[in-house]
Amino acid sequence: MSLAATRKARSALAMGACIGSAALGLLALALILGALLWNGFTSLNLAVFTQNTPPPGATGGLLNAIVGSLIMTVLGVALGAPLGLFAGTYMAEYGRHAKLTMVVRFINDILLSAPSIVIGLFVYEITVVRIGHFSAIAGALSLALLVVPVVVRTTEDMLNLVPGGLREASIALGLPRALIIRHIAYKAARSGLITGLLLAVARVSGETAPLLFTALNNQFFSANLNAPMASLPVVIFQFALSPYKDWQNLAWAGALLITTAVLALSVTARILGAQKTMK
Amino acid sequence: MNESIPHDRVQETAHPLAPEGLAAPELPALPEKMSVRDLDFFYGDSRALKKVCVPLFDRKVTAFIGPSGCGKSTLLRVLNRMYDLYPGQHAEGQVLLDGENVLDPKLDLNALRARVGMVFQKPTPFPMTIYENIAFGVRLYEKIGKADMDERVEKALRGAAIWDEVKDKLNASGLSLSGGQQQRLCIARTVAIQPEVILFDEPCSALDPISTAKVEELIDELRQEYTIAIVTHNMQQAVRVSQYTAFMYLGEMVEFGETSQMFQAPKESRTQDYITGRFG
Repeated sequence: MSLAATRKARSALAMGACIGSAALGLLALALILGALLWNGFTSLNLAVFTQNTPPPGATGGLLNAIVGSLIMTVLGVALGAPLGLFAGTYMAEYGRHAKLTMVVRFINDILLSAPSIVIGLFVYEITVVRIGHFSAIAGALSLALLVVPVVVRTTEDMLNLVPGGLREASIALGLPRALIIRHIAYKAARSGLITGLLLAVARVSGETAPLLFTALNNQFFSANLNAPMASLPVVIFQFALSPYKDWQNLAWAGALLITTAVLALSVTARILGAQKTMK
Repeated sequence: MNESIPHDRVQETAHPLAPEGLAAPELPALPEKMSVRDLDFFYGDSRALKKVCVPLFDRKVTAFIGPSGCGKSTLLRVLNRMYDLYPGQHAEGQVLLDGENVLDPKLDLNALRARVGMVFQKPTPFPMTIYENIAFGVRLYEKIGKADMDERVEKALRGAAIWDEVKDKLNASGLSLSGGQQQRLCIARTVAIQPEVILFDEPCSALDPISTAKVEELIDELRQEYTIAIVTHNMQQAVRVSQYTAFMYLGEMVEFGETSQMFQAPKESRTQDYITGRFG
């Protein structure tokens, strides 16, 4: 075989492997989404949004779980995002060349890849065990711990992407550091920072393990932060494993809701990210 | 654009870097806005500037020429202490601004940079409106009302010869302008805070010939009020905009003199080789 023909054959082989892998991945995704859409939509009705989780055999919905998820996600992000934003800002702006930044980045990467169940157990130890009962605030705390590393990472990355020239130009005007960060670096990195935040929300809104150990679950509607609170992932977990058909259907509906919400967040994040590169 | 220089003055300024240093008695008594004396600069352990001496005469344009890596931009970045941003870089020697040593570690850097402005190679408008690009810096140094601010913004934009092009879209993003307009916006921004010295680091290298001509014209006008240093790779540009030229090579100041003299009868053979295109 000539050199060119060998090269062509190798290229075709590699290309085939790539296309095959991509197709396999897409097929799996299509099957999952297909099953979810089919089962989810057939289980979806108005009661899902207006009634609380029912006992087996009765009609009901997911209202308490939806509200619980919203409360704990919002609270978790509200607690975790500022911390992550400040830490990331330190790393990219003030401590860019500092040893501490390297240490923080290393630890943050570990936190980022830590299994969420470990985070859940940790928060369980320091809150639930001490206080003596499960609570929404403990749930929010464990979600916050998951938000922090995501926001730290994206904040640092996005601020590092702000052109050095822009920063130098600001400094050449004699602007103080704090003003440069607030009015120029944040502005230039805004879409990236928002993308990071949305990704963090997407990440935690599907978390089950940390909530199992902290917020547990609640049959009834509760907005009390000091009491156990229902959430969509935990309800799905519980209902999907149950032998009751109506519970299983509600689990499908919940799964569809979460997936749609996360998908919407991811797409928004993508669009914002793309806008940044277009500028 | 050069001033016509009587022949005898050319002779007089021909030895500013003579071994006796800048105090050589034959120097004309031009006021020095900035003076660089025995400046060494280090990137870590590597020495980028070697005992550099050069004056920036008040309200004159001084061009810095030389091949890439010769230390021109490095020198410029010492004049407003830009290198302070990066650990491992340090300068030794003296850089005087009105007699005050700029390298003094206790110096208020923001105050220094307000007095010594800088325009960069790539235009760097801030991610805000054209109006805000100017007002943002002014607001930092002065508390003035809306009407006064409008006036200042207009004056700065007029001073940078860009007012007519942007007066109808002051609220558009600074990023929406063309490259040449962006660069003039950056010059306006620098001028707006009323510095005393302006450093230009290859301000036209990213611009087309028409924008380049506009910026050069502008530099020539700015010289009425400001002391200017410009780094350029374009020899014609140095001739067009500057009254004094410094030729640097491998971190050393090879020759400094009046621009017309440098380009017509350089004293050093290395200068001759460079400006005639034999190397660099």
